[in-house]
Amino acid sequence: MSACTTTENATAAPQAAPAGWQGAERASPVTLSARAADHIARFLAKRGKGIGIRLGVRTSGCSGMAYKLEFADSPNPEDIEFSSHGVKVLVDPKSLPYLAGTELDYAREGLNEGFKFNNPNVKDACGCGESFNV
Amino acid sequence: MALLQIAEPGESAAPHEHRLAVGIDLGTTNSLVATVRSGMSVVLNDERGRPLLPSIVRYAAGGEIEVGYAAQSHQASDPRNTIVSAKRFMGRGRKDIAHIEMLPYDFIDAEGMVKLKTAQGIKSPVEVSAEVLKALRSRAEASLGGELTGVVITVPAYFDDAQRQATKDAARLAGLNVLRLLNEPTAAAIAYGLDNGAEGVYAVFDLGGGTFDISILRLSKGVFEVMATGGDSALGGDDFDHRVFCWIIEQAGLMPLSPHDVRLLQVRAREAKEYLSQHGEAPITVKLGSGEYVDLTLTTDIFTEITRTLVQKTLVPTRKALRDAGLAAEDIKGVVMVGGATRMPQIQHAVGEFFRQEPLNNLDPDKVVALGAAIQANLLAGNRAAGDDWLLLDVIPLSLGLETMGGLVEKVIPRNSTIPIARAQEFTTYKDGQTALAVHVVQGERELVSDCRSLARFELRGIPPMVAGAARIRVSFQVDADGLLSVTAREQTTGHEARIEVKPSYGLSDDEIAAMLKDSFSHASDDAFRRALREAQVEAQRLIEAVQSALKEDAELLSAPERSHIDNAIVRLQAAIMGDDRRAIDQAMDALSKGTNEFAARRMNKSVSKALSGRKIDEVGFDA
Repeated sequence: MSACTTTENATAAPQAAPAGWQGAERASPVTLSARAADHIARFLAKRGKGIGIRLGVRTSGCSGMAYKLEFADSPNPEDIEFSSHGVKVLVDPKSLPYLAGTELDYAREGLNEGFKFNNPNVKDACGCGESFNV
Repeated sequence: MALLQIAEPGESAAPHEHRLAVGIDLGTTNSLVATVRSGMSVVLNDERGRPLLPSIVRYAAGGEIEVGYAAQSHQASDPRNTIVSAKRFMGRGRKDIAHIEMLPYDFIDAEGMVKLKTAQGIKSPVEVSAEVLKALRSRAEASLGGELTGVVITVPAYFDDAQRQATKDAARLAGLNVLRLLNEPTAAAIAYGLDNGAEGVYAVFDLGGGTFDISILRLSKGVFEVMATGGDSALGGDDFDHRVFCWIIEQAGLMPLSPHDVRLLQVRAREAKEYLSQHGEAPITVKLGSGEYVDLTLTTDIFTEITRTLVQKTLVPTRKALRDAGLAAEDIKGVVMVGGATRMPQIQHAVGEFFRQEPLNNLDPDKVVALGAAIQANLLAGNRAAGDDWLLLDVIPLSLGLETMGGLVEKVIPRNSTIPIARAQEFTTYKDGQTALAVHVVQGERELVSDCRSLARFELRGIPPMVAGAARIRVSFQVDADGLLSVTAREQTTGHEARIEVKPSYGLSDDEIAAMLKDSFSHASDDAFRRALREAQVEAQRLIEAVQSALKEDAELLSAPERSHIDNAIVRLQAAIMGDDRRAIDQAMDALSKGTNEFAARRMNKSVSKALSGRKIDEVGFDA
């Protein structure tokens, strides 16, 4: 595992949601790139079950927060649902403030490929970007 | 920014704790590496998009080591330093390697395993395989963006302990943490079994370039069990190419050919075969070195005709494996196709007809083993989803046992037992006052040690002196999940223990395994006779020793004529032991027992009177 470095001290999650996220909610708060949607649809088909994907954040890691990216088999009652390029995306309300305006992309870096969160809320991230701070 | 994969619900890994695991199909000709990405098993390609890595390593005179396609391009120009098919030498002694004289390498018969002299010094097959594994490792780490937690490497089901150990050593040398060695057919079954969620008894039909393997597996309630294995180590897609090659020569009336033309025609023959898998006929046009042109058309009908016997040849071991598993073709619920040669419609058809069903072929037959290994690696690394915690059972290819007196084999673990397995058996001493026991571990199906393969020897010492047959020595055989054997011998009263990890000095070739199995059937009655003879010989020897030790102690109980009568009987029995007439041994033993009856009675009286002398009747105690 690569070492985790950050330019600023790791801090706990902020008390309040960042300003501006409510504005972003009316537009689509979280979007998928066409490429990401394609891959998710393919993975779901191959997996044979699941209604969509669940995005979220949780507090952990050396820079405060970490992304959650999972298959979703059923919605939770409090989930906020929307659809992007035909793929259902579920986000729990607590995570939404940290993700507002995020685009989930699918990228290829050399031989490696996978999903990438383009999140405008991030102030700083650890060296490898797996955990972040808003 | 790290690239993420989609996890199962509730299974998101904490940052920096993704457990990267891959499955590796370490093949004789080509190797692959695969991983599970967002729930899907995929083969990892190299930077040029090629999934296969030729299992070829070149130790160039300049000091650099080339692996894969780079090494392959030097196969013709630098054959001595370009090592092809190192898998065939893993854990093998010089005499285990078929047609060693045809290979272009400088072999050195080192202890346990051959070594190869190259421009960069002496290399063992383990080191060569490690180079292939290193190349796959760096490909995987570049593809996954991190260090690997662990790998699963597949090996043929018939690989013995030496070959498995050598594979593990190669992985260690490549800096890989081996989560487990997995049998190739089992990996193929995982690729299909889990993806398709099907249960039942399956056959895995693996026809590669040069070898054929058939395995019978049972999948039930998520548990895989290998029931039987079989195959032909000298049958593969190359033989089909060769038939086409011969057909070209015959049709075009060519002979003799330059080596260059031979190679050219071999390539054209293979291309024609592969073309036929998709088309009704294949044109073959070649310009030979002599300027001569060959212009032929190979039709499906002709191809089917000239390869019919090869197709039939695959069904012989298939039938035998079914018989070993105690099953009929109707009991097989599905047939998994593995290996590029199973793409031939003739094979698909023959297999379909034999099992009376369409074989499973919706996964790439070249990749299916690696894909299954990746799924297993993903689970073993701890990335399992709820409900995925299934067991995996493999099988040992040949019985494991011990040498007992007279060079007989006592089988402790019968072949086709599922692993991991532990079995124990009690043995005893053969002579009075025996304080050490030699444990000789052997592998094979025959009754006599000399017909089986010796795996290891060790001694258990510190047995307290007792009369013959009184000591109780428990010998346990344990085969772990990787198929590696350890043997422990323990004297029960003192707790003295000796153990050995079996890293046999020589491996068995699959030819030998096949031959040994065949032998055990064709020699069954012969073996039974020899076993009975040996048992009689051992029994007779034991009787002689018992009499001799009694004579030493109590010679004064016998008169001179009585003594010479017994001595004569001993000599006659000793003579009978040397021969192979079991009846004569029995008769001589009978004579000796009868001749010593009176002597035994006198000894008994003597010891009783000794025990009782000087004691009153009421001291003796009748309930004692």
